[in-house]
Amino acid sequence: MSRIQISQGRIIDPANKIDHVGSVYIADGKIVSVLNEPDGFRPDRVIDARNQIICPGFIDLSTRLREPGQSRKATFASETVAAASAGVTTLCLQPDTVPVIDTPAVAELVKDLAEKAGYAQIHPIAALSQKLEGNELSNMLSLKQAGCIAVGNANQPVKNLLILRRAMEYAASHDLLLMFRPNDYWLGHKGCAHEGVFATRYGLPSIPEAAETIALAQCLELAELTGCRVHFGQLSGKRSVIRIHQAKKYGLDVSADVAMHQLHLTENDIAPFDSAYHVLPPLRTEEDKEYLRQGLAGGTINSICSDHQPHDLDAKLGAFPETEPGMSTLETLLPLMLTLVAQRAITLTQGIAALTEKPAQILRLRNGALTPGFAADVCVFDPELTWQVNQDNWKSQGVNTPFWGQTLKGRVTHTLQGGRIIHELAQEAGYGK
Amino acid sequence: MADNLQLNSEGKLKHFLTIEGLDKSLLTEILDTAESFAGVSEQQVKKYPLLRGKTIVNLFFENSTRTRTTFELAATRLSADVLSMNIATSATSKGESLLDTIRNLESMFVDMFVVRHNISGAAHFIAQHTAPHISVINAGDGQHAHPTQAMLDMFTIRQIKQDFSHLRVAIIGDILHSRVARSQILALNTLGAAEIRVIAPKTLLPAHVETLGVTVSHNLNEGLKDIDVIIMLRLQKERMTSALLPSESEYFKCFGLTEEKLKIAKPDAIVMHPGPINRGVEIDSKVADGPQSVILKQVSNGIAVRMAVMSMAMQRQGALS
Repeated sequence: MSRIQISQGRIIDPANKIDHVGSVYIADGKIVSVLNEPDGFRPDRVIDARNQIICPGFIDLSTRLREPGQSRKATFASETVAAASAGVTTLCLQPDTVPVIDTPAVAELVKDLAEKAGYAQIHPIAALSQKLEGNELSNMLSLKQAGCIAVGNANQPVKNLLILRRAMEYAASHDLLLMFRPNDYWLGHKGCAHEGVFATRYGLPSIPEAAETIALAQCLELAELTGCRVHFGQLSGKRSVIRIHQAKKYGLDVSADVAMHQLHLTENDIAPFDSAYHVLPPLRTEEDKEYLRQGLAGGTINSICSDHQPHDLDAKLGAFPETEPGMSTLETLLPLMLTLVAQRAITLTQGIAALTEKPAQILRLRNGALTPGFAADVCVFDPELTWQVNQDNWKSQGVNTPFWGQTLKGRVTHTLQGGRIIHELAQEAGYGK
Repeated sequence: MADNLQLNSEGKLKHFLTIEGLDKSLLTEILDTAESFAGVSEQQVKKYPLLRGKTIVNLFFENSTRTRTTFELAATRLSADVLSMNIATSATSKGESLLDTIRNLESMFVDMFVVRHNISGAAHFIAQHTAPHISVINAGDGQHAHPTQAMLDMFTIRQIKQDFSHLRVAIIGDILHSRVARSQILALNTLGAAEIRVIAPKTLLPAHVETLGVTVSHNLNEGLKDIDVIIMLRLQKERMTSALLPSESEYFKCFGLTEEKLKIAKPDAIVMHPGPINRGVEIDSKVADGPQSVILKQVSNGIAVRMAVMSMAMQRQGALS
């Protein structure tokens, strides 16, 4: 295998507390050295990273690639290329595929599809219950053995707390992480917008913040009762941040993430009936957004996910409540993180940590760092490069982003996975020549 | 944006989807135009040739008798050709998408769609996606808006009270699910009413209702004080089964408008209702049929107001010139 030197970039590796200009040395798919040139290192390829930032490849805790079952929306091929172009080298796949990831066969199919696509490392999340219906437990151990990294409920509320308790006990017995998206079935039922000013004005079925916080509080109680390790995903509300903060202080082994768009958009940004803004959990208030940002800066919220949900055009073509929720978000991940830094909500090191070191910790992966011996998953990006979100620059099959047509700052120039260059902007855009 | 979508480049009405984004002068223009049509129903020849040769399709994805009939009458009195389609029982139940239904009808050389749909935002969606020469009139979408109903209510209020600036208006009942209330509140605020008071139990009020520009009361006896205009809303039976209310009788006891309660309001207060009425649930028959009730006036005013809106939306096509 080839030797690569990524040369003279600003290396930011939060896990190893590095922020220094220098080179990263890669051989045989692994990181060999950072900053210090190994004796006799003869690179086959030198990537010039001057004025760029070199960091670990991004790890995304919640994505949907729409395969198996919904390839009209997106495919592993289309979405892993999008991921590579966004610097994402590892991603967790939510179990609400068709069929649901509730048997080893589906998990293996996902692994096969991922291998064929050949870009990002894909970790399926197993369904917590069969068909995600919340009635019977899935075969969690077999699913773990088939390669599932955790168990989760995707977007399906677990109605019966006894089932949730049993599932958490069983998951804990096999040292499985629960990735839980808190959402009370009844309080959130059929809602499509935050129960606030926007939903009231436009007469939309609404979801109160309590739909999230009540389910979250219940799950925290069960975490203590069962000893199950829980990661709360895609939090959207102020009181969720407060609850997680209290739980951590109290000593519970829990972690949390927030979807990038929740750190930027609120109900005030929704153009009337524009289905691009239809997401679940819904966009909430400025105050919620501020709490989520502060929660991230203070460490209550560990990481940021993309919550990538590509859709076909038809899924978003209709009256707002009838359209499918979700945004295509992989490719806006980096520019939006840099916007948080520019707005002084977090530091650049915190932003990178939230996309690398922190998710790796949550998943207990030997990844998310430029540690010698680790797989060479590396992202090189130009923080100043602007680009327009349009057909020419977009890889995902889902064009359902509210940022369509906007000019964003920050672009990935190179992505390496296991020492292999899986994305190179120069080749496609004449960048850096 | 809603406001841009409704107006053409000269600021004239193109679609009529919501009161939001329309200013006082435009709402007044609608009322004045309706005024000029108001006598037509009593004339021997009830027709104006303004929309002669135009084709209007009433697309009703949700059942309605009154609204559909008044739209039909309004269109025929403007000499348009009218086709009413009850889609609730035809195309979409066969799985055809809203957009496909619209595209099919477009290709039949339609000039205007009058749309009623049970989903909020449906009329916006159609206006955004239909051919540029077609006007869309919202005849009620989900819980969002029912702007022609609101305007006929404003017309009725103006007929009797002349000026809005001193009026205190109470809207009573199921605000949460009411597109009529949302449009009325917007219209009353734009026209400068002194106070809009919503009176209902918390279960029938949307979150942050005060952001719509209203004051809130949960008590009819207190809420009716100093009120000039009382607007009662229809209470759907399913509000009981979804645990929003315990029973019809308890609702009537708390929020039903009786002769006795009516006395709390100003002596010259008028009583309105968008219909259909649930007698003995939200309103007592003696009040509904009493001297202060203008409920039937509202219905007949509906024709003139819809004529006004239709002809104004077709203005650029030569109507009213």
